[in-house]
This record gives sequence, C-alpha cells and structure tokens, in this order.
Amino acid sequence: MAARGEPVIKVRDLKVDFASRRVLNGVNLDLKRGEILGFVGASGAGKSVLTRTIIGLLPFREGTIEVLGTDLGKASPKERQAVDRRWGVLFQQGALFSSLNSGKNVEFPIREYLRLSPKLTTEIAIAKLEMVGLKPDVYRNYPSELSGGMVKRVALARALALDPEILFLDEPTSGLDPISAAEFDHLLLTLQETLGISVFMVTHDLDSLHRTCDRIAVLADGKIIEAGTMDVMLESQHPWLKSYFHGERAHDDFHVPIKGRRVTERRA
Amino acid sequence: MAGDRPLARHWGLFGDETADFGSDFLTAGTLQHGSSHGDGLDLRAEGHWTAEHARALEPLADKLTYGHESVTRLVFDATRITQLDTYGAWLIERTLRIWASRGADVRLIGLPPTYGNLFAKVRAGQQKLTPLKHKQTGIGATLESVGRTMTAVFSDLFTIFQIGGQLVVAFLSVCANPWRFRFTSLINHLERVCWHAVPIIILITFLIGAIIAQQGIFHFRTFGADIYVVDMVGVLVLRELGVLIVCIMIAGRSGSAYTAELGSMKMREEVDALRTMGFDPVEVLVLPRILALIVAVPILTFIGSMAALYGGGLVSWLYGGIDPKIFMSRLHESINMKTFAVGMIKAPFMALIIGLVACMEGMQVKGSAESLGAKTTDSVVKSIFLVIVIDGLFAVFFAAVGI
Repeated sequence: MAARGEPVIKVRDLKVDFASRRVLNGVNLDLKRGEILGFVGASGAGKSVLTRTIIGLLPFREGTIEVLGTDLGKASPKERQAVDRRWGVLFQQGALFSSLNSGKNVEFPIREYLRLSPKLTTEIAIAKLEMVGLKPDVYRNYPSELSGGMVKRVALARALALDPEILFLDEPTSGLDPISAAEFDHLLLTLQETLGISVFMVTHDLDSLHRTCDRIAVLADGKIIEAGTMDVMLESQHPWLKSYFHGERAHDDFHVPIKGRRVTERRA
Repeated sequence: MAGDRPLARHWGLFGDETADFGSDFLTAGTLQHGSSHGDGLDLRAEGHWTAEHARALEPLADKLTYGHESVTRLVFDATRITQLDTYGAWLIERTLRIWASRGADVRLIGLPPTYGNLFAKVRAGQQKLTPLKHKQTGIGATLESVGRTMTAVFSDLFTIFQIGGQLVVAFLSVCANPWRFRFTSLINHLERVCWHAVPIIILITFLIGAIIAQQGIFHFRTFGADIYVVDMVGVLVLRELGVLIVCIMIAGRSGSAYTAELGSMKMREEVDALRTMGFDPVEVLVLPRILALIVAVPILTFIGSMAALYGGGLVSWLYGGIDPKIFMSRLHESINMKTFAVGMIKAPFMALIIGLVACMEGMQVKGSAESLGAKTTDSVVKSIFLVIVIDGLFAVFFAAVGI
C-alpha cells in the first residue's frame, strides 16, 4: 500500500466551459490517499461540473487531471478503463439500474471486470451489501422497492464492488433523515479505516463535514478559494465561508465532534 | 504507485498461458499446502489476495478445502499476505467457514494488523439468504400461468372500464364548469397527433390506394373487368382501409407517445404531485389527450381516404388506362354517402379505444425503465388488436342492419 498522504488525484489549472460560459477557471485540487475530502460551494458554483469532469463525463478545455498516476487528458481508452475500475462513483439519486435487483446491480461491475465464478460473485455481492449495513435479503429487492436510504446504500455497495481506491460521493446524505445521515457518516469512516479508501465528497451537510472530513475544499467563482481542515475553514475571513460556516444553519458550538480534533474520543 | 496495484494486466493471468507474468507473478496471490500431520493441516497464503487474483485463488482454495475432508485441525497462516482486499478477505473467511462447519478446529494466524479491521468487517457478515419458494413445474404450473393470464386479461378490461368511467366523470364535470377545461393542452395535443401526422398519413394511404388499384387491375384484366377496380378501391378504402390504416398508424405513433409520457410522469411522481394539488390527473392529463385523438382520427381518416382514392385513381389512369373522367363517374355510381359514413363513423370510436388503452397502460407504469418499455409495447399491441376487433364488430352490426 502506497504511503498515506500522497495525492491520488491531481487537478491542475483546470478550465471548463459550459455552453460558452466559463464555469471552472483554473481549478487546482489534490485528493490525498486515505483522506476524506469534503467539497463545498454555493449551488450552481460548479461542484457537479468539477466532479463530472474528473470522472470523465464532461470534456475540459485546458489543464490536466491526473488520477492514480494516469493523465486522463492523454490516456488511451484502455488506460482510461483501467482507471475507471479503480474508482467508484455514488450518484446523487443512486442511479441504480431499475431493471436489475439490488444484488445484480452490485454484481454488474464484478461480472464485467473480474469474471469470477457465479457463486463467488454472488457471495462477494452479499458481503458488500452487508458491509454497507444492509441485510442479505435486500439482494433480491428491486430499486423501486427500496427506501431512499436503502437505495443510497445499495448504490454505495455497487460503487465499492471492485474495492476501488477512490470513491466519489455526490451529496450522499441529501434526502436522508438525520439518523440515517449520521449512520452514513459512520459507515464512511468505517470504510475509510477498513479499506483505506480515498473519498471525494460533494456535500452541503454541515454535520457530515464536521464528522467525516479530513480536509475541506471550497469552490467559488470558478476557483478553489480555500482548502484545509475544519479549523482553517472556521477561521477563514472570506465572506462566503464566514456565512457558510457561521451562518444561521451553522451552530458554532457543535454537538458533532470535529474530526481530527478529538480523534481518540471517536475511535474509542 | 501504479506498480503496487497492477491495472489490467492480471485479467486471465491463470487462464491464459501467454499472459505477461513478469515481476507480477511474484505478487500474485497463492495458497500453499503446508505440512500436514495426521489429522492436522497447515495452509500458507502468500502475495496479493486481491480482486485481480480472486479468479485464480478461488479454485486453489476450493481444491484444498474439498481435498482434505478428514482434517480436523486447520491452521491458516496469513503472515505472508502482502495485500488484502474484500475479495481476499472473503476467500479466507469462506475457507475457514467451510472447515468450521465440518466441525474442524480452525485457527487463523499472522494476519497483518493493517487488515484487521477489514477482516473483522467481512467476518461480521451473515451471508444467509432466506430460501426462495420453489417454482412449480408440470401441469400445475401451466394451469397457474393460464389462470394468471386470464386474470390479467380481466383486470385489464376492468381497468379500461374504470378509466372510461373516470373519463366520463371528468368530461361531465368539465361540461358543468367549462372554464376548467384545458383548451391550450387540447390544441397542443391536436397539433402533435393531427397536424404533424398529416404528411405520413397521406404518404402511406396514397401508397396503399395505389397498390390496391394496381393489384385489382392486374387480376381483373384477365377476365376483362378492369373497370370494377374503381368499385373495389372506392368501397374498400372508404368503408374499411382508410380508417384501419389511419388507426394503426395513430396507435403506433400517438398511442405509444401517450403511454411513454404518462408512464414517465408516473415514474417521477408528477402524477402524484398533481393529485396532491387537488387536480384530477384524468381531467388534466387524460381528457385533453383523448379528446384530441377523437377529433384527430376522423380528420386524418378523411384525409387518408382521399389520398388513397387519389392514389388509386392515378394508378388506374397510368397503369390501367382508365381515364380520370371515367374513374370519377364510375366512382359516383359505385359509392354513396352511406359508404363514406360507415367508414367515418367508426373513426371516433377507434380513437377512443386507442386513447383509453394508451392512457391505461401509461398509468400502470411502475418504477423501472423496463416496465415503461413493456407498457409502451403493450399499449401499441393491445390498441391495434382492439381496433381490429371493433372493426369486426362494426362489420357484423352494419351487415345486420343491412348497410
């Protein structure tokens, strides 16, 4: 296992145009191995655009994106596919295949990439479902039969199917009740500990940012205006950040322990 | 970094002898049969126990597991595992579970502490699915499926009547409060199902008329009855073919669109949203669509019949040498207002059936993309079938009243 802390994603001077409007104007961002990076920004600031550009769903105009040592701008389709299978993506609405049941959804990437025996494929899929806190019987349920929280969990199990090194999460706790959201945060921390996974998480959930993120990056005006730990965010003098972290919805006397500040307490 | 977890090179490492072994061979996971003493067995795992190697590791583990049934003490030595992920962890856990279920004394030693959490997480899984009910086979199953199909047919009929009833209620309530009627929506649908359909309807019916005339002339000529082609084209097109061709086209063109529209609105909870705002989905969505069809199909039938007659006349003139003047006067003799009315009167009924089936199927779409596709197919198949059935019923009726 490579050293913790070295960057797995390096974004340099990235520029993306969207319908003749420049959305990202020189973004520099690192995701380090083994960390959970929270990614915040106003609605419409281009968070989704950046995420979708990194995972290759949108073309970019200038700059470089390097993922796990591969320059995505220059990679051949084969190299690209090799990178594709080393990351997992959790879409906001889950994006489960509605014609397959949960188990087959999780098995899909395993079946396509690893060609294991059917028995082992099923066993791994069930193990993944159990890892994200679901009962084995969910295997047979179709997405339309699942609640919102369960859909997210199944989608997470699918994103984790190939034991990826990087996990992209798009607002994973949106639409979940606070209890489920807290469970999701714990799940994420457990996965970080057990699998040593690096996580890139777009979120608006302040509790989630406090609980899970090692670092936070802030996008505004097409650039990363601040990146650092929660303490850095809380001390920042940038007006948007001030209203974000000290505004009406934020509570300065957090009941949620900030990750890294009282590490021992959480791990106890 | 790239080297510690090889990318694509390992696929088929063991299945394909020509695979690039190189230095990766040293890192590939293996499971070796260590010393076996009496009823005890040592297993030694080495290298990368990861997803890339799972395909090769599974048979290795199975071979050792099922090759030594009599062993009662198993020591699994994981000291030399250099990399482990969920796949490797599960393979180890699975091996241990099988031995344990045989009553063997199982020990796992030397698991690198970095992977302790991962292994514990995998070990915590239960892996038990509740067994499925067995599917019946033979006569019982056949009878069951026949029964299910029959119930489905009746429940379809029931739903059609139900939607028909709701439609009547919506229509009456709109009649009582005319300002509630969605006139804009009706015009919009009319544009789509009527105006936009005109070119294709004209083209198809023109060709059908031309083909009928050509075939008629070709066969009638052998016994010198060319001129009767005019009777045949006139009666056939006006009474039957005009309306049938138009209805089949509309079922495929607009019926399927209705089903897909309503179905995706149903999937995205838009129909529920309407209902919670106090609107009746039948009144807002179904009524304008069906009324648009009821207006459109007779218009299209008229246009289509004319185009078919024109096509027939053109072919009679160019291919059969029947002068347009003779064609027209012969047509006057062979058809009358009743022939025309018989065709036209069927049109609104068929439009109603197409609309009802399309909306009924649309409202029955469930959550999945697959069900949307299935319902759209059903909508087209069922409405074409019913259109032909209704045409047959009309034929029986008109024969009975002597038209």
